[in-house]
Amino acid sequence: MQSPLRLERRLTQPKWLNWGVPLLSLLGALILGGIVLLATGKNPFSVYARIIERGFASTDAFSRTLISATPFAFTGLAASVAFRMGLINIGGEGQLYLGAIGAAFAGIAFQDQPTAVIIATMIIFGMLFGGAWAAIVGILKAKFSTNEIITSLMLNYVAAIFLDYLIFNSNSYWRDPKSYGFPTGKRLVENAYWYDISIGPIAIPFGFVVAVFVAVIVWFLYSRTRFGYEVGVIASSPSAARYAGIRARWKIITVMALSGALAGLGGASDVGDFRHVLDAKGVQISGYGYTGIVVAALARLNPLSAIFVAVFIGGLSNAGYALQGPDFPSGLVGTLQGLILFTAVAGEILTRYRIKRQNTIADGAIV
Amino acid sequence: MISDISEAELTVTMKGIVKRFPGVVANDGVNFEARAGEVHALLGENGAGKSTLSNVLTGLYRPDEGTVSLNDEVVHFDSPRVALERGIGMVHQHFRLVNSFTVAENIILGEQSSSLFMDTSAAIERISALATKYRIAVDPSARIWQLSVGEQQRVEILKALYHGAKVLILDEPTAVLTPQEADALFMVLRSMVSEGRTVIFISHKLDEVMAVADRITVLRAGKTVSTIECATTSTRELARLMVGRDVVFNRVIRANQAEPHKIVLRVSDVDATDDRGRQAVKSISLTVGKSEIVAIAGVAGNGQRELAEVVGGMRPATRGTITVNNEVVPNGRVRKAMRAGVSHVPEDRLHTGLVADHSVENNLILKSYRNAPISKMSVLRRRIIRAQAKETVEKYDVKTPDTITPIRLLSGGNVQKVLLAREFDSLPSVMVVSSPTRGLDVGAIENVRKRLVDAADSGVGVLLISEDLEEIFALADRILVMYEGSIIGNIPAAEASRESIGLLMGGGSLSAENN
Repeated sequence: MQSPLRLERRLTQPKWLNWGVPLLSLLGALILGGIVLLATGKNPFSVYARIIERGFASTDAFSRTLISATPFAFTGLAASVAFRMGLINIGGEGQLYLGAIGAAFAGIAFQDQPTAVIIATMIIFGMLFGGAWAAIVGILKAKFSTNEIITSLMLNYVAAIFLDYLIFNSNSYWRDPKSYGFPTGKRLVENAYWYDISIGPIAIPFGFVVAVFVAVIVWFLYSRTRFGYEVGVIASSPSAARYAGIRARWKIITVMALSGALAGLGGASDVGDFRHVLDAKGVQISGYGYTGIVVAALARLNPLSAIFVAVFIGGLSNAGYALQGPDFPSGLVGTLQGLILFTAVAGEILTRYRIKRQNTIADGAIV
Repeated sequence: MISDISEAELTVTMKGIVKRFPGVVANDGVNFEARAGEVHALLGENGAGKSTLSNVLTGLYRPDEGTVSLNDEVVHFDSPRVALERGIGMVHQHFRLVNSFTVAENIILGEQSSSLFMDTSAAIERISALATKYRIAVDPSARIWQLSVGEQQRVEILKALYHGAKVLILDEPTAVLTPQEADALFMVLRSMVSEGRTVIFISHKLDEVMAVADRITVLRAGKTVSTIECATTSTRELARLMVGRDVVFNRVIRANQAEPHKIVLRVSDVDATDDRGRQAVKSISLTVGKSEIVAIAGVAGNGQRELAEVVGGMRPATRGTITVNNEVVPNGRVRKAMRAGVSHVPEDRLHTGLVADHSVENNLILKSYRNAPISKMSVLRRRIIRAQAKETVEKYDVKTPDTITPIRLLSGGNVQKVLLAREFDSLPSVMVVSSPTRGLDVGAIENVRKRLVDAADSGVGVLLISEDLEEIFALADRILVMYEGSIIGNIPAAEASRESIGLLMGGGSLSAENN
């Protein structure tokens, strides 16, 4: 029954683990993915070469990658913010839908305003909608100790149905009354399209710039402020938080709302940078919210790393669009992404534990 | 595996048991023998090694040295399951029951069965038969969550009997019971031994040991002190054996005398409940004067932790008030208590007093991070934090590679130094200190005690909560004894003896023993 190997908690986490483990995880995923590709009769090297080419290698491809990466960056930040307090917010998906709904509302309602005003209101409404949606989860947890994993997950389905209702099943403010055969949302006026910021030949979408800015703010908030300090104490030791007079309940609500607001911002960026319409099906197919959890895990909850991871995942999914076709089913792209998550989680355990040979039971003192 | 009691009776013999844990020798050559047909009490203070010994007997721990034998046959148990197959069952302090299962399902859980479905009807019959035989009133079809703690304990006993336990170990079984439930339990135990089973009864309460046991083995600091017949001893002798008299303690010399009439802390008529909502503190009133060290002696679990938390503001009192420097402190408000001048050193240093995973410098600001100059406009000022941490580490001689090392990597003594440093530097009027030297080595103990005396000399009133009589006698000006939530003694240290305090800690009364 006894395995000869066992996991032993690391006393210290050497610094190199922070970058070494994610790189090893990625390498592991590429090797496992290579096996899958070989098994389906594809040459892994040429596939990987195409991914790099379509995802990162040309300026055009890289700009598209950044557009794909932006929602991932926001949902990754959203997950990191919550996970760092030990709140498992699985609801980034639904919070992002609400953010998209809020931003689309602002984009339609303020379409006569200057672009800067439209962008600002889209961001604000996206954050408000997403944050309020997540605050429901926080309030339930703070008041009734409900499990946030379940409530946030369930609210994803509610949000999806609500989104479908707005576009397909009602004559809502968001639905384009001129769309008959296949209902769609109202298209935003061109004035409401978010700017691109050009650095040399690369067009950087405005949402991505916001994401980088937000990542820096989150990093500062969590490592340099009283707020972040309190969140850290609550996460590590609730009884020490009680001892120091830190009120966990308010923090639960605040952090959930913040997490939801960031996911909502992701929804806003998707509308403003990319789709320019409340696209009920498109936003659901992308699975930004769930992938955000992967981003947060790979970034080891570091907001600055989350940006880099998001660009990587964005490149993969961008290349995935380009790759899929009759000879390359989209399922294979999903398989590769799944393998990366799998190895990332495995790697995460190795940063906290090391593998040791088991001796006898008597050595493991259970005190 | 279901054996009948008419089979051979069991005598348990444990010889020279040594069990070491990192930094502690929990059992240091313990000899113990329990015969069939007796209730054998294992008596000792917390940390005396009682639980370790029973864990060795049930196969949870493997002894480093020594042997366990059943009827003169040396046995090695790899797990509690193997021990149970040989007839040794244990009822733990914390029950191991599945809340959503019925009594019967819990009892037959773990039984080797060949079929996929459990045959509960036959089991229920056997359980009912056992229950009737020992007059254990439990409904086999009730679900565990519907039962009181006392009833759950009966389920644990039935479970052990059902699986054929001939030797039943009970770890502090009365800790969770009302006096009436405890009496009922004693009846059950007597009827079990009357038909040849063995009961090993672990306790630190003198009265109940005298009430239920045939023989008593006293453990102290991991060693067997003595095994005596209950009929030939007294609670007073047991108290002396349990706490020991051979240790010579040096009373610390104080620079400033206590001023008990300049009251800094007044606890008036305070009631409080524990985490499960039971009353843990019962109308306690006490005062601590300037420069005075008042000790609360008592066995852990008699409401000391709850009392300390009430004074520290972590736990609201259900009745009564806390007054510091003649001002009433708002009930259950940590920050208000801190501002009023209360400092609290909890017994759980690593996870309550400190955040184990956080750095030394982050832990040093746990109570001051809201104030200037540590933070300004909600932003922490890292440079100042680090500079102050370096100063503190030096001043209190904390051995740490740097101030960003996580607390959990420090030794126990250094952990306590960090905690005390933070609390002393908050310049309190009152310090509530719980078991400040538990688990520390001799050098660290000396350091901590000196710091406490320094604090008292500088005018701080210290409320010292401890189970360690040596510590209490070394430091205290006045000794209160806490038992089952009440204070049952208030004795100036100069007039107290170890026996009298030990007796009170076990729930005895001084006057009854005086005749």
